[in-house]
Amino acid sequence: MPRKVAIVATGQTKHVAKRTDVNLRELITEAVTRALDDAGLRMQDIDAVMLGNMEPFEGFLLPELWSVEGWGGLGKPAMKFNTGGTVGASTAIAAYYFAASGMYDTILAVGFEKQSEGHTQTAITTVGDPLWERTMMAGAIGNFAVMASTYVHESGVTEEHAAKIAVKSRRNACNNEYAHLQMPNLTVEEVLASPYLAYPVRRLDFCPQSDGACALVLAEESKAKKLARQPAWIKAVATAHDQQYMGDSPKRLADMRSQRAASQRVYKACGISDPVKDLDVAEIYEVATYAELAMYENLGFCQPGQAGKLIDQGVTTMDGALPVNPSGGVLATNCIGATAMIRVAEAALQIMGRAGKRQIPNARLALATGYGGNAWTDALILARE
Amino acid sequence: MAEKTGKPEKKKDDGLKVPWRLNVEYEYAAGYFATRFFRELRDTGRIWGVRCPSCQRVYIPPRPVCGICAAKTAEWVEVSDEGVIVGCTVVNVPFIDPMTGEQRPVPYGFAIIRLDGASTALYHFLEETDPKKLAVGKRVKAVFRPERQGTMLDIKHFRLLE
Repeated sequence: MPRKVAIVATGQTKHVAKRTDVNLRELITEAVTRALDDAGLRMQDIDAVMLGNMEPFEGFLLPELWSVEGWGGLGKPAMKFNTGGTVGASTAIAAYYFAASGMYDTILAVGFEKQSEGHTQTAITTVGDPLWERTMMAGAIGNFAVMASTYVHESGVTEEHAAKIAVKSRRNACNNEYAHLQMPNLTVEEVLASPYLAYPVRRLDFCPQSDGACALVLAEESKAKKLARQPAWIKAVATAHDQQYMGDSPKRLADMRSQRAASQRVYKACGISDPVKDLDVAEIYEVATYAELAMYENLGFCQPGQAGKLIDQGVTTMDGALPVNPSGGVLATNCIGATAMIRVAEAALQIMGRAGKRQIPNARLALATGYGGNAWTDALILARE
Repeated sequence: MAEKTGKPEKKKDDGLKVPWRLNVEYEYAAGYFATRFFRELRDTGRIWGVRCPSCQRVYIPPRPVCGICAAKTAEWVEVSDEGVIVGCTVVNVPFIDPMTGEQRPVPYGFAIIRLDGASTALYHFLEETDPKKLAVGKRVKAVFRPERQGTMLDIKHFRLLE
């Protein structure tokens, strides 16, 4: 039996387009310091450290080595993860495994990215097999646009549905002091007036590039109870992968095999049969508006083809039955190595009742997801008990 | 490959910036399956996939193992140079072309295409760059280059059939 493990503290930087005042190590130090202060711990109290980052984006090989003093790694057990969009959640899940197994009691997990310093889209294009896909790829945007076109065809969602997601995200982000894109007055009309990056995806349908870092402190049961008044208990974790090539699952976004597999596994582990009813809040990894709509279907929030109705009815808004991304989500902040960890941190803050202006009242059960690489999904369920 | 140059500092509290530029070349082994595929494409203009003996899926790109059945693929199967669009876009944002290090001209049409006889679909360029004329389900045909080198770009792009 795995030991009970909880997230007891979080730390985030204020995510922005460019942090020109700090280097990568200093950015990491900020998030780590905040998480340790939040837990009331010193670096010496941490047994092991898990790190997440996509090093090709900044052009640093082994950034964890260069930044070792920022995360207190000297002489400690540590591992670095590099799994694309999922990396922050994969890093959190790895920290969970180490604590649940009994190997370590108190673990620091850190995700970080300074997108402003490198060539993220060029690096993302190298995800493609050089023989078959790389020639035609256009970073994350082109890939997502192609997938979105299939999803629109399959589901019948409209540009207006997508625009409503864009507005929800950037308005929610105004309640999150760490969020990058905060647009309190954004309207559906403005989203629909923004130019196409790649049809059908408009500029305001897509996430920004951000600089930011996120850190979590995880602890096994007895320590967790001492370190946090209300720990965010990790009830279930899952990762699932898809096949290699984009065209292997031609309806990739419409039928996200990895997202269905990972979410069904964590739902089953927690006895969740109706996610909209059973979950109190979800922090999901949606890099584009169409992705969020597709995820509503693939995470079981609605039947296939009903995602547009879900946003029309306000089910996923702050006062809906299942608020999705009170933080503003990835559409408001994307510092890739940190992004999926921010989903976990935000879900944890909701469970701890410490999410400030974005708090969902009485949140007891939360879903956090990561998505990326080539259509891989991570999923976690956090709970009060 | 990537290029990054220092920009003038705007705010006076900004720190120093260190410009760094990288120009590197890679050479990848195509492997057994792709070597055979691309030699056929170059020499005969024909497109081949491999069939999974268990589920009968025909895979393009050809590969040694069916991911779904974990069965070794065995049989080469010729597929058509015509197919159907399963996803499409017109890209308007300039990207660095990772094959050349140069910026790729925009706009360009880009699609996932399932060739007749194949179970999986391929990424490729579309000749059409007007999104209003493109749609999932429309039929397309490969337009080959006169001089073929043994790469995916031996197919210049796909042209709408109707």
